[in-house]
Amino acid sequence: MSATTDSYEEVLERFDPVFGIEVHVELNTQTKLFCGCANGFGAEPNTQVCPVCLGLPGSLPVTNAKAVESAIRLGLALGCSIRESSRFARKNYFYPDLAKDYQISQYDEPTCYDGAIDVILGDGTTVTIGIERAHIEEDAGKNTHVGGTGGIQGADYSLVDYNRGGVPLVEIVTKPVTGMGLRTAEVARAYVATIRDIVKALGISDGRMEQGSLRADVNLSLRPQAGPGGDQNEIPFGKRSETKNVNSLRAIEKAIHFEVARQGALLSAGKAVTQETRHWHEDTNSTTPGRSKEEADDYRYFPEPDLMPVEPTEEWIEELRATLPEHPGVIRARLQAEWGFADLEMRDVVAADAVGIIEDTVAAGASPQAARKWWMGELARIANETGTDLADLPVTPEDVAELQDLVASGALNDKLARQALAGTLAGEGSPRAVAEARGLAIVSDGAALESAVDAALASQPDVLAKIQDGKVQAAGAIVGAVMKATGGQADAALVRAIILRRAGVEG
Amino acid sequence: MRNLNRLTAQAMVDAFSSGKMTSVQATEAALDRIAQVDGAVHAFLHVDAEGALEAAEAVDKDRAAGKSLPLLAGVPVAVKDVLVTKGLPTTAGSRILEGWMPPYDATVVERLKAARMPIIGKTNMDEFAMGSSTEHSGYGPTHNPWDLDRIPGGSGGGSAASLAAFEVPLAIGSDTGGSIRQPAAVTGTVGVKPTYGAVSRYGVIALASSLDQVGPCARTVHDAALLHEVIAGHDPRDATSLPEAVPPVVTAANRGRQDGLEGVRVGVIKELTGEGFQSGVRQRFEEAIHQLSSLGAKVTEVSCPSFAYALAAYYLILPSEASSNLAKYDSVRFGLRVDDGGTIERVMGATRAAGFGDEVKRRIILGTYALSAGYYDAYYGSAQKVRTLIQRDFGEAFGAVDVLVSPTCPTTAFRLGEQVDDPLTMYLNDIATIPANLAGIPGMSLPIGLAPEDGLPVGLQILAPARVDDRLYRVGAALEGALVDVWAGTLLTQAPPLEGVPV
Repeated sequence: MSATTDSYEEVLERFDPVFGIEVHVELNTQTKLFCGCANGFGAEPNTQVCPVCLGLPGSLPVTNAKAVESAIRLGLALGCSIRESSRFARKNYFYPDLAKDYQISQYDEPTCYDGAIDVILGDGTTVTIGIERAHIEEDAGKNTHVGGTGGIQGADYSLVDYNRGGVPLVEIVTKPVTGMGLRTAEVARAYVATIRDIVKALGISDGRMEQGSLRADVNLSLRPQAGPGGDQNEIPFGKRSETKNVNSLRAIEKAIHFEVARQGALLSAGKAVTQETRHWHEDTNSTTPGRSKEEADDYRYFPEPDLMPVEPTEEWIEELRATLPEHPGVIRARLQAEWGFADLEMRDVVAADAVGIIEDTVAAGASPQAARKWWMGELARIANETGTDLADLPVTPEDVAELQDLVASGALNDKLARQALAGTLAGEGSPRAVAEARGLAIVSDGAALESAVDAALASQPDVLAKIQDGKVQAAGAIVGAVMKATGGQADAALVRAIILRRAGVEG
Repeated sequence: MRNLNRLTAQAMVDAFSSGKMTSVQATEAALDRIAQVDGAVHAFLHVDAEGALEAAEAVDKDRAAGKSLPLLAGVPVAVKDVLVTKGLPTTAGSRILEGWMPPYDATVVERLKAARMPIIGKTNMDEFAMGSSTEHSGYGPTHNPWDLDRIPGGSGGGSAASLAAFEVPLAIGSDTGGSIRQPAAVTGTVGVKPTYGAVSRYGVIALASSLDQVGPCARTVHDAALLHEVIAGHDPRDATSLPEAVPPVVTAANRGRQDGLEGVRVGVIKELTGEGFQSGVRQRFEEAIHQLSSLGAKVTEVSCPSFAYALAAYYLILPSEASSNLAKYDSVRFGLRVDDGGTIERVMGATRAAGFGDEVKRRIILGTYALSAGYYDAYYGSAQKVRTLIQRDFGEAFGAVDVLVSPTCPTTAFRLGEQVDDPLTMYLNDIATIPANLAGIPGMSLPIGLAPEDGLPVGLQILAPARVDDRLYRVGAALEGALVDVWAGTLLTQAPPLEGVPV
């Protein structure tokens, strides 16, 4: 890993990285884009289907107005212009998960185009990312390959679930982002996090990358640094790779690191970068080539004759504009003031992408500082160790609020709370359920503790002497021994009081 | 009653309401006639005797109970196999859909059922409606009842032949470039392509989505109007469906028959007469123009110069859309699957190679090529510009006249096998009908006599501006009335008996 990081930095001394990101946002409309089937995740295969989304002969699509509304609101939130008239097009290619063997998408007339969005980095720097377009399209079904390695190669057979076929998507395409240097990966990650925050604030998608309701493809190319006196804008872009399905924020950063290093090594060795699609592998943190773009598929786009153009009125657009939420940056400033976090604390929270999580934890009843302590402390450590994002840990803001409540009420101390949290992360249930199941509780039974203290004092007579000499801090050793003897469940304050009383010293 | 099969839909309606006939009798007569002559004609791909009789019995029962029924309740109807029918095989004339059982009804089929019309069966057609002769059906051709060695037109030859053979009084067709009107012309029947969007395309197996339109087929203009009012009207399941009310086509037909055409301006399309048209076709057309004049119409000649490019534009737009519409026949979800145990690409390829006929493959290849990167602007893009020019020609023409007329097709029915290996000649059969599809306007074909040289029917085409389909019916009914008076009966009464069986 460190070799890659080094070469990322080395490479960027000599090259200007250019990246673009395509984000697919699955809209949370009640029904699909072109039919009345339910739009939901997790149903039995092929139960949310009809003649239209199965592409049966004779069926016709009808555009879901709610999906158009969501797309326009998203476009407006991204500062886009909204086309007076935008046509759907057919993107033709044969694939079993594509029921009609063409995808209805927007091609040369996207509903939303030419926008820009401010992205705030961890240190408070604001970077403006240009938005090329945001267009509406339908999702495909899902193939499952059975047998072999689970991939299409060597599978015994494949199953197709069309429940996802026809689910509405908005694809957001950035303009090329240049000149970010070493911050390229950080900017890319922050951009996707911002898009996720915006779609959640708009309420048009749950924005969950792990469930695929927000998916990113990362384009990256390198071009030489112009050098002193040179004009970087004069230097043409290099050949780019398009890395598909980079489906976590962490992976966005890593994929950019990998591609910068890979392409830099090729270029430094005098080799050419191939313009191609690449696949991201979460397990190895690397990309491998997919099909080459040199022999690009010809999708034979043409205007979809079964649908009328999308033609939103000016009045409707203005009505929708009035429903837009604050920009995530504004929301952050407001939350920082509400929570009373110091600038440095807030910066860490933003960098860890924990603003929304802490907001949800506070909403579930925890104090802001306690929420920050858990998420930025114990949980951040665990996320870091396991290489996941905070949001992807199997613990909810409600769990954390419950945990904090157990501590605040004196039912658990910090150590026991960490054990309860470990149980929750291991899938044993909520912190309260884990504490009950594992019998985690502070022991404050005076008699039990007194005998434990007596035993500890008896085995360490020198410590008793020190305490009686006035070295009250030596009592810590006895507290430790009692805690050990009680499996960490003793009420430490009570134990300390008993020790001092036994030693005849007042605390 | 005798000669039940000769009755028009209107006559059946009258006979039902006067109690002279039941729907079961009408339906049985249709089924009997099919049993007698369809072996020779082959108008039907599938006959649903059980379903039709069940529907007829229910109508008779409700009528006997004094319940109010829709006007055409109990009148048997045939449906082109391009419309999906729940629980009835639907193939669009293709082997690739052999055995497929649709799980839903087309909107038009739902409306026929709501109108309580017994659906007799599904009629033959050129595969996926590509053709002008039904010879491209995957299930063998339909024969013209006027001469069994001749084509009944296409793609809706089955629907037209079922009327001309007196099997049913009404049928549903679809018209992408003339597939209702040209078969009507060569079989001596009436066929109407309504304004694009007037009749729902939901459940109509798509050939070219921007051109396809479902319409009524009948033996008289008035009958066509009755069926038109059953099937037309807005459908929220078709985004291209027109929102406005259906024009009063039955009233218009009655008015034309009663009041003539005083003050109606008729334009003869200069580019669709003369060269390339059979002499007997020209002769009957000129006589029909005289009839229109004597009915009070003011006839002038109108020029539509862009029509010269219509056929070329059509054979770029249609294959382009068809190549995409027919991609779904890939073996994955329904229909034929030819599985050699290879990859999905090979299974898809083998299925399409085996399931599609030559004409379908020809057009898929043409369309795939026309849409390809680097060719799109020159082919599909240019064709769309021609389409705009044709719409402009119609716009100017309809500024000067109320309706346009031409022969429906250049010749009478040609012989089976005569053009099947010559696609370009075959395509020319639609030269007069295609412009209406490109412009989305309504058109009608009605019989105007027999060509002297071969004794076969000739059709006249009437075209009107979009959304004023009623004008077709007014002019058509007036002309039909005058001609029927001259002939002392409909043209079909002059058709020879089939299989020696009198109707």
